Amino acid sequence: MDLHLWIIPLLCFTGFALNLAGGRRWSNRVAGAVGVGFPALAFAYALWVVAQWPALAHPYLEVHRAWVQAGALTIPFGFQLDQLSLVMLLIVTGVGLLIHIYSLGYMAHEGGFYRFFALLNVFMFFMLTLVLANNYLLMFIGWEGVGFASYMLIGFYFHKDSASRAGMKAFVVNRIGDFGFLIGLFYIFSRFGTFEFSRLFPQVERLPVEAGWGGPLTVIALLLFVGATGKSAQIPLYVWLPDAMEGPTPVSALIHAATMVTAGVYMVARSAAIYDRAPQALEVVLAVGALTALFAASIGLLQRDIKKVLAYSTISQLGYMFMACGAAVYGAGVFHLMTHAFFKGLLFLGAGSVIHAMGGEQDMWKIRAGAPGGLRKYAPVTFATFLIATCAISGIPFFSGFYSKDKILYEVLTSGHGSPLWWGVGTLAALMTSFYMFRALFVTFFADPAGHKAAAKPQAGHGDGHGHGPHESPAVMTVPLMILGVLALIGGYIGIGDRFEHFLDPVFATGVPALPIHPIAGGEMTVSLLSVGVALLGLLLAWVFYLKRPELPDQLAASLGGLYQLIFNKYWIDELYGAAITRPLAAFSRVVLWRGVDVGLIDGAVNGVGYAARGAGDGLRRQASGNIRSYATWVALGAAAVLIYMLWGGPRV
Amino acid sequence: MNFLNHTLNHVIVTGMVFLPLAGILALLLARGDRAVRWVALAFTTATFLLSLHLPFHWDSASGGFQFLQRHPWIPAFHIQYLVGVDGLSLWLSVLTTFLSVIGVLVSWRSIQKNTKAFFILLLLLETGMLGVFCSLDLFLFYTFWEITLVPMAFLIGIWGHERRLYAAMKFFLYTMAGSVLMLGCILWLYNLTGTFDFLAIKAGLASGAFALSSSTELWLFLGFFIAFAIKVPLFPFHTWLPDAHVEAPTAGSVLLAGVLLKMGPYGMLRFNLGLFPHAARECSAAIVVLGLIGIVYGALVAFVQPNMKKLVAYSSVSHMGFIMVGVFTFSLIGTQGAVYQMLNHGISTGGLFILVGMLYERRHTFELKEYGGIATVMPIYAAFFVWMVMSSVGLPLLNGFVGEFLIMVGTFTAAVAHAHVYAMVAATGVIVGALYLLHWTRSTIWGELANAKNKLLQDVDGRELFVLATLALLTLFMGIASPYFLNKTEATVKAGVAAFQPAPTLSAHLAARPTPTLAARGGAQ
Repeated sequence: MDLHLWIIPLLCFTGFALNLAGGRRWSNRVAGAVGVGFPALAFAYALWVVAQWPALAHPYLEVHRAWVQAGALTIPFGFQLDQLSLVMLLIVTGVGLLIHIYSLGYMAHEGGFYRFFALLNVFMFFMLTLVLANNYLLMFIGWEGVGFASYMLIGFYFHKDSASRAGMKAFVVNRIGDFGFLIGLFYIFSRFGTFEFSRLFPQVERLPVEAGWGGPLTVIALLLFVGATGKSAQIPLYVWLPDAMEGPTPVSALIHAATMVTAGVYMVARSAAIYDRAPQALEVVLAVGALTALFAASIGLLQRDIKKVLAYSTISQLGYMFMACGAAVYGAGVFHLMTHAFFKGLLFLGAGSVIHAMGGEQDMWKIRAGAPGGLRKYAPVTFATFLIATCAISGIPFFSGFYSKDKILYEVLTSGHGSPLWWGVGTLAALMTSFYMFRALFVTFFADPAGHKAAAKPQAGHGDGHGHGPHESPAVMTVPLMILGVLALIGGYIGIGDRFEHFLDPVFATGVPALPIHPIAGGEMTVSLLSVGVALLGLLLAWVFYLKRPELPDQLAASLGGLYQLIFNKYWIDELYGAAITRPLAAFSRVVLWRGVDVGLIDGAVNGVGYAARGAGDGLRRQASGNIRSYATWVALGAAAVLIYMLWGGPRV
Repeated sequence: MNFLNHTLNHVIVTGMVFLPLAGILALLLARGDRAVRWVALAFTTATFLLSLHLPFHWDSASGGFQFLQRHPWIPAFHIQYLVGVDGLSLWLSVLTTFLSVIGVLVSWRSIQKNTKAFFILLLLLETGMLGVFCSLDLFLFYTFWEITLVPMAFLIGIWGHERRLYAAMKFFLYTMAGSVLMLGCILWLYNLTGTFDFLAIKAGLASGAFALSSSTELWLFLGFFIAFAIKVPLFPFHTWLPDAHVEAPTAGSVLLAGVLLKMGPYGMLRFNLGLFPHAARECSAAIVVLGLIGIVYGALVAFVQPNMKKLVAYSSVSHMGFIMVGVFTFSLIGTQGAVYQMLNHGISTGGLFILVGMLYERRHTFELKEYGGIATVMPIYAAFFVWMVMSSVGLPLLNGFVGEFLIMVGTFTAAVAHAHVYAMVAATGVIVGALYLLHWTRSTIWGELANAKNKLLQDVDGRELFVLATLALLTLFMGIASPYFLNKTEATVKAGVAAFQPAPTLSAHLAARPTPTLAARGGAQ
């Protein structure tokens, strides 16, 4: 059975190439058809692949010709399909296709329509390469490639300085992570002589579990995780993701929520054989994940821009996925990855629909002021789907996020690699999540209870022909919302009874016996009840603060003083990085390296020697005169000297 | 057909090296600038096509020289006309002929004064560069080496920008200083061995027929090395480069960065490692450290340049540092990477200089602050700009990544002390590289189109599109089909690094070396 998996990414590349070559001359209709058509074909092909699944050897491998070959190093264009890549394949092509369709509506009135779809297609190409690769280096192609697509799409509105800065920041910060990833890859090669999963992991699986920090697998695992903190926006490299909201909102949905940012989680899960034998590294993954989940959620509490709320929320949710990986229950992490793709993709698309409805406004309070009586009346589909997604991310029972997040918290508490401390941190973050998401929902969609702004005029529209007040988005946008709404609602049910995790088990069965679990009274039900409790508490608090007693937030802010300022200013982390790293580096490069060492020291010495020589004699000064005869003279003199030397000093044979 | 091929194989290198000289004769007869351009294009294209004979008739299994041709030249001094190509020089020759065509195309409109002289010098330069890569007689090599120097100095000095005389002089003197040292070493070596024949010297040194004392070997090594290090340019011998690039016309920059710099690592691999392996090993740590400094230093200094041509020039210091690290850690993978990176740098940096040149032709300034928002008025140009930047930044599937990755992974696994540290420092290049290249991109093509002078800029025309598209497609092809190139160089590189592998036989060989006193003249007699 030959699946020709390479066709899937290549379909998306074709879409990119066509729009790159011809899109400028095409109408939006043609460019859009190409831009959506090829991902649609890729999705169809993926479905066909799924249909073949039962008949396949697992994992299914196909290895084509070499991409890089030198000495003992051979890196093939090779693809692999196992349970993990199958799940990723469906998420990427499925959610990707929905977001492409949505973009037809969202981008309809933007310039650079074809450019947008070309870039979105090339993103799909790289993302599919990433998840289908059969070796780390091909994965790295995808890894860097999605980073490139992200860079281009964050900076899509390139005339805006903030957008181009954000794109550059994303790329450079990711490169810091890639530095670690690369060195991890060097270690892998020097230790095992291959990058191919099917050759590498069997070797790894023969090695014992390492005890300390210095073991090779621990070092490799930690270095790979450095890469993951960049791509998946974890502490300390998360700073690029909030800025990435400069990109068009469908980009935020696809790249900065549903797919690309989960690549780090995918990579860690893919490397389960390594992490299972590196308990210290698992501990780091768990701690970083939990701290990021809490830290980002706390920032999310006070953001006013709807997309920024979602950005910090994404960072926080990615933290949950890493918590699962750190507890060595990768299946739960991938489960949350999937439900998150549904509900966070939906939240971003919903936010996009809101922004669309409000003529580009992103400040939730201004949206509220611009839609008297509450936006939910103007945009009911957007509201309904946003509500579903909010319930899902907050962990309201029977919504998808409830199942996956609950699973993670339970595992973190009971798994041999977990601990009550990190469970507590995760639960606190869950409380915050529920609060900030319902805060966003209430402020965005419900009328201001104070009512004093009800008289405000509705915001003007786009100024492109349908510049009326708040309105529902066209069907091309709301249909994807509804499909994702259904998925965000029911997507968790496949995890009931751990069916989803059992499906993934073959990938994560790496030969390390599971540690004994810490049993707790009442089992999973206890954890679930607590989780539901904090979710409802968050909802209630948000309701009190933003619908019932709107004067409370200000009073609380005033009473908290410094702490409020700290969180409101995002802990001043960007300012800290700027003052401690970015600006000193630029100043050092300019003043010390360039003006000091280069121009001053080295070139000064060189010119000094030159001037000294020039001053030394008339002949030399003429040499520097730049006229042809003097060069010729010198060449002739040199030749004469050579001849004389050879006649006198050379060997006489 | 076989007979034809056989004959062609015999004279192909000579034909390739001297066809541009024939072009000069044709240029002398040509009337009018238009005819001059077309003649130059015809001859560079013909030379390029001729050079393609080499890879298409290549014996990948052979690590030795192919297409050899040998004639006595000045018998009194045992000087021969000896040319040939091995895996090291194969692609560098093709790169030279390719970039010469590009050099003619990018000068099509930008060179308006003394057009005939310009193209004559360009063709002379091409012959010189090809001769450097193909000569296997040290005297012949040196002759070609000097031939490259003069036309480049004139290209800068006559067709350059405001400070062209200063830059041309600096380039000339700097390089000359290195050349003189090398000439001294060549003559010394001749004195010791009685021949200029590279093959004979190498075989003699390897077999012990000629033996050098440690200190002699070290001095010879250093003499050659400094000449090549200036060419690379290796930190701290690099300060001629930014000036030369800023002043040079676009074609000059393309050939300077694309080919002339490659003569440095080429010479090191050919002569320093080929003839003086023990000294190379002794000096390697210091050289690798200088290469690593170059990687980081070049990138950081590039980051703060207000002049985009200087920015690209310093980026060369950084990129060439990678090549130095790959060469002087003596691993098969790393050296293959270095060989590949030489080609990649030629294409990518050549492309970047062409992009800079296109802006200069429109606005007559290299100052970054004069630009911004160019993507608004020149969208096609901007797309190629991003493409070439990504090639240079090492985006996988484009060419730059393969070379850099092989160098780093080869260094990491190399059998030298501190290999891991070397590779890690080199890997910081991926961060700082992104920093200056994206900073440049941001301040040139992104942002608001604020400068009124840029509001009416024309996007690329057909000729420019052809040049850029050719380069872009080449970066893609080299990024996905690297085995096509590297399979042809592997045998040579393998033979080259064999001398450096820490096998017991080597230490035995070292122990068995004759006491370092031999007066070398004896070796020849």
